[in-house]
Amino acid sequence: MKISNSGLPDLRLISKEIRKDIIRSITSAGSGHTGGSLGLTDIFTCLYFKVMKHDPVNPLWQQRDRLILSIGHVAPVLYATLAHAKYFPVDELDTLRKLGSRLQGHPGRDHGLPGLELSAGSLGQGLSVAVGMAIAAKLYDQDHSVYCIMGDGELQEGSVWEAAMSASHHKLDNLIGIVDRNNLQIDGSTKTVMEIEPLKAKWESFGWRVFECDGHDHREIIDTIDSAKQTVYKPVVIIAKTIMGKGVGSIEDNNEWHGKAPSKAQLNDFINQIEESYEVFE
Amino acid sequence: MKYLNRGNRATKEGFAEALVTLGREYEDMVLLGADITSSVGMDGFQKRFPGRFFSMGIAEQNCVGVAAGLALSGKVPVFSTYGVFAALRTTDQIRISLCYNNLHTIIGGAHAGISVGPDGATHQALEDIAVLRSLPNITILSPADATQTILATKAAYENCNGPVYVRFGRAAVPDFTQDDQKFEIGKSHTLKQGDDITLIATGHMVWETIVASDKLHEKGIRARVINMHTIKPVDKDAIIRAAKETKSIITVEEHQVIGGLGSTVAEVVVQNHPVPVEMIGMNDQFGESGTPDELMIKYGLTSEAIVNRVLNLLMPDKNQ
Repeated sequence: MKISNSGLPDLRLISKEIRKDIIRSITSAGSGHTGGSLGLTDIFTCLYFKVMKHDPVNPLWQQRDRLILSIGHVAPVLYATLAHAKYFPVDELDTLRKLGSRLQGHPGRDHGLPGLELSAGSLGQGLSVAVGMAIAAKLYDQDHSVYCIMGDGELQEGSVWEAAMSASHHKLDNLIGIVDRNNLQIDGSTKTVMEIEPLKAKWESFGWRVFECDGHDHREIIDTIDSAKQTVYKPVVIIAKTIMGKGVGSIEDNNEWHGKAPSKAQLNDFINQIEESYEVFE
Repeated sequence: MKYLNRGNRATKEGFAEALVTLGREYEDMVLLGADITSSVGMDGFQKRFPGRFFSMGIAEQNCVGVAAGLALSGKVPVFSTYGVFAALRTTDQIRISLCYNNLHTIIGGAHAGISVGPDGATHQALEDIAVLRSLPNITILSPADATQTILATKAAYENCNGPVYVRFGRAAVPDFTQDDQKFEIGKSHTLKQGDDITLIATGHMVWETIVASDKLHEKGIRARVINMHTIKPVDKDAIIRAAKETKSIITVEEHQVIGGLGSTVAEVVVQNHPVPVEMIGMNDQFGESGTPDELMIKYGLTSEAIVNRVLNLLMPDKNQ
């Protein structure tokens, strides 16, 4: 499937490079989560290159927006994005998942990678941490936002809903959840493994304001987040419709690519597929 | 050395008092309540500093994650509920969000041990030490009485940088620690000197062990008594010294001997200076309903039971 052109040429270019680096780093590692990383690339690109206040030179800047990646397994998209945002050299992406690397299989702050907000990977924990950060921002009277990236399968964890309840109870309008709604998890579709619909109604019933968007349309992602940030007295969640594996046509929307790495033989083909998917069409 | 009981007091009262004192002194201290705030010693803080108290409902896993988020933002969060929930329902959250991120947070493990009494087995925390002790970066404090719980809680705030579990109980127990006691994390207190045997106790069992050593003294047995108020990092030096100087050790705890203080001490002894170690505690069993005193007697957690165990170990022939 072609990547649509939403009139933001810089972001388009960046997201293409991030996609290619996701493929390169996971191939070099020999393992890793390709599908979800490609599927979230456009959202990460928009967040780090357009939406979020952050400073790669001063990663601990007090006023920065925080991004909590609850689904730690898509670390490759976070790493590739941070590298392109100049938190560390792009070359370092080659060390993904290797002994001594700062790029752990799931994010680990103890290895000293700049830009990482949280060590995470056990599903269902990130939103709680984001709630804690949002409460702290209110206590400090700071006006930054806290973003939390969740998977759709992850929403089957009960602890997510404990966190959801607490966010609306405490009126955390500085918290923006983003659900990677690709409809897939390891065993198959979310519909067959454990139905999470009606998703919009679930979040609304927990006291959240809900937005939906195309998770691959840069303009729509940015506009949706802009609207979401206008909300007061309520947390906001954006259900972003994405395609697992987006950008590499041969693996798109296929749950087998949740946690599979391209082989060395597939590398060039996948990179070419990414190039092709970016050929402009209107 | 004689120890004076200044009056019975629940260790949870010590925790409650410390939170108020610390809250007055430190603006960055924030409390997370999981519904049972008064019964776990948080209501005093809540009344005085309502802006720094957050009600999170009966949702312990979320509490731990929220604590992580607060700690990452520069606050020092305290989360307290019954030990069974604080340590066990939340173990994965403690492991990843707190320990792996190594965040300064204080978890209050209330209602520790069978002395919780009539609530029965479901609410008696007897495995909290065993489970949490295996997690990297965590500190585990198990103070002996109310005064020491104040000191331990202060130390958890002032002298730690990572997650700290403070274990305390509901039953009123003798309060014998002096207010000016020097409390250092990882440095046990030797309460009685002796060379015949060493009794290493923690939590509520420390007083019972002191009483037992007095009774043994009357029988001519000089038992060294160590208050192991820090389970992790444990005071290895004191344990090794005891193994070398007294030739046998008995551990005493209101917790499963599997994975608890007994295991902790045995791990140090076998790797450094093997001597016989016996363990008094819960023996791979659940508790039940009853008054605290009835339960302590039934499960052999009294000074008399300690005395008998020592006599059996030191003079097996006479005590057949």
